[in-house]
Amino acid sequence: MAVEFSPQAREKFSEIVRRYPKKEAALLPVLYLAQQEFGYLSSEAIAYVAQIMDLPVARVYGVVTFYTMLNMKPIGRYHLQVCRTLPCALAGAERITAFLESALRVKRGETTADGKFTLSEVECLASCGTAPAMQINDDYYENLSEEKLAAILQSLP
Amino acid sequence: METILLRNIGAKDAHTLAVYRSRGGYRAWEKTLRELSPEQVTAEIRDSGLRGRGGAGFPTGMKWGFVPKDSPKPKYLVCNADESEPGTFKDRVLIEKDPHAVVEGTLIAAYAIRCHTAFIYIRGEFAFGSRRLQAAIDEARAAGYLGKNILGSGYDLDVVVHRGAGAYICGEETALISSLEGGKGWPKVKPPFPATHGLFGCPTVVNNVETLAVLPWIIEHGAARYAALGTDKSKGTKLFSVSGHIRRPGVYEVELGYPLKRFLEEDCGGVPNGKRLKGVIPGGASMPVLRADEIDSVRLDYESMQQAGTFLGSGGIIVMDETTCMVKAAWNIARFFAHESCGQCTPCREGCHWIEKIFHRIENGRGAAKDLDLILSVSGNIMGNTICPFGDAAAMPAAAFIKKYRAEFEAHIERRQCTVLPS
Repeated sequence: MAVEFSPQAREKFSEIVRRYPKKEAALLPVLYLAQQEFGYLSSEAIAYVAQIMDLPVARVYGVVTFYTMLNMKPIGRYHLQVCRTLPCALAGAERITAFLESALRVKRGETTADGKFTLSEVECLASCGTAPAMQINDDYYENLSEEKLAAILQSLP
Repeated sequence: METILLRNIGAKDAHTLAVYRSRGGYRAWEKTLRELSPEQVTAEIRDSGLRGRGGAGFPTGMKWGFVPKDSPKPKYLVCNADESEPGTFKDRVLIEKDPHAVVEGTLIAAYAIRCHTAFIYIRGEFAFGSRRLQAAIDEARAAGYLGKNILGSGYDLDVVVHRGAGAYICGEETALISSLEGGKGWPKVKPPFPATHGLFGCPTVVNNVETLAVLPWIIEHGAARYAALGTDKSKGTKLFSVSGHIRRPGVYEVELGYPLKRFLEEDCGGVPNGKRLKGVIPGGASMPVLRADEIDSVRLDYESMQQAGTFLGSGGIIVMDETTCMVKAAWNIARFFAHESCGQCTPCREGCHWIEKIFHRIENGRGAAKDLDLILSVSGNIMGNTICPFGDAAAMPAAAFIKKYRAEFEAHIERRQCTVLPS
């Protein structure tokens, strides 16, 4: 199935490429744009980005697989990313992840059947002074506790 | 102590141009353009004794001095806002709460190396921070502080915010450059150094957020005042991020040379809940841990930390109390490095995973007595055998945990379970 940018995304694409002295340097922001546009980076999306960036598909594929924030699979509407690195671990990150696993009835790395939530563990979010912490999509949630999590989950439409 | 880096933190709406200017913001940039040549800016920063605050502690003015003046190629200044070292969250505070200081510092450094396009490479997770920086840049541009013919000086400079996409290694300057060029974050062999062959093969300086954010203060108040703070070789103040088992975690600005023990006990309130201190990682997860009995005479400066067998690093201080299982802590850090190894050099790509697996089996009660020496051997074979310092950063803490807490590791292996009292 062929994919293509909307006219708005195409305009944004041209604006991004203009920022850089070399077109290739725009690859990460263009991949973000594609992810936003298509939801995730399917093989078709990667081939499309390669084509508009004048790069080999393998080159783009290598970049996509290198970075954790570029998704090659569909993810839930809310991506819960719990930090598991030492300062958060000392503050009980494992309890946070376990609570979410049981509340959402998924294991870490999985998406709920209704596609609403994806639960992931991530490495240090630079939120160590307000541990335990997680991100939901791009937003930080800090000083987490079970009670706080229950309220957060309820608040998400 | 006078606060330099945190001077605007806590002020209402300090992230806006109006408030930043009302507190003296952009005066240093105006002074730079009107009164100082690029050489004079470089000399001032060299005289201040400022050392890079990203972790390596290399003298900033000297780094700028390596950029060839006669090169016909464009020069690039890159602000390293890829803060990812576990235990470190100081740059995030500056970016989110005082973004104009980061931008003004970026402008000053760019001018010093005659750069006309500067980049701020910010980790992808800092979506809010990148919006804050972009808003600051837009405000600064509208006010004439960047763009074409800045304040009538004839100098042109643009600043581009570039988001990473989740990769610790991109904090290493050559990996950051590879990433900014549109590639995987693979470090490059040095030499040649970025100062001559950096971004797109052009002369490039990569400076940490904190390093840049202090420049306006130094330019405004003079190198001598900055150099009067700190110790003989560690000048000025530095931000420390404090986390773990500590009563008042957070970001602190400290004059270099301040005693570590006093800092933790008095400034940060000590270990809470009546527990005793067990260990301190002083400079981010890649630095060797110190036992509680080793910190008495340690000071928060580059030299004192090295004498104690560790490093100041990024100033990410992780505090662990007596309930901490050091096997689990070591495994947690090993897992981080196994996850983040870029995969380019064999000793690191393979070794980090071996170390993680061995710590994991010890943690799960399946370790053997010989495993500890095996980890030390793998760690020793990574050290110094990789393109970038990531290999050392992974190997050093693994070895340090075993050396400092060997009896606990042996007991954990023998009894096939944790021997530390639960909290």
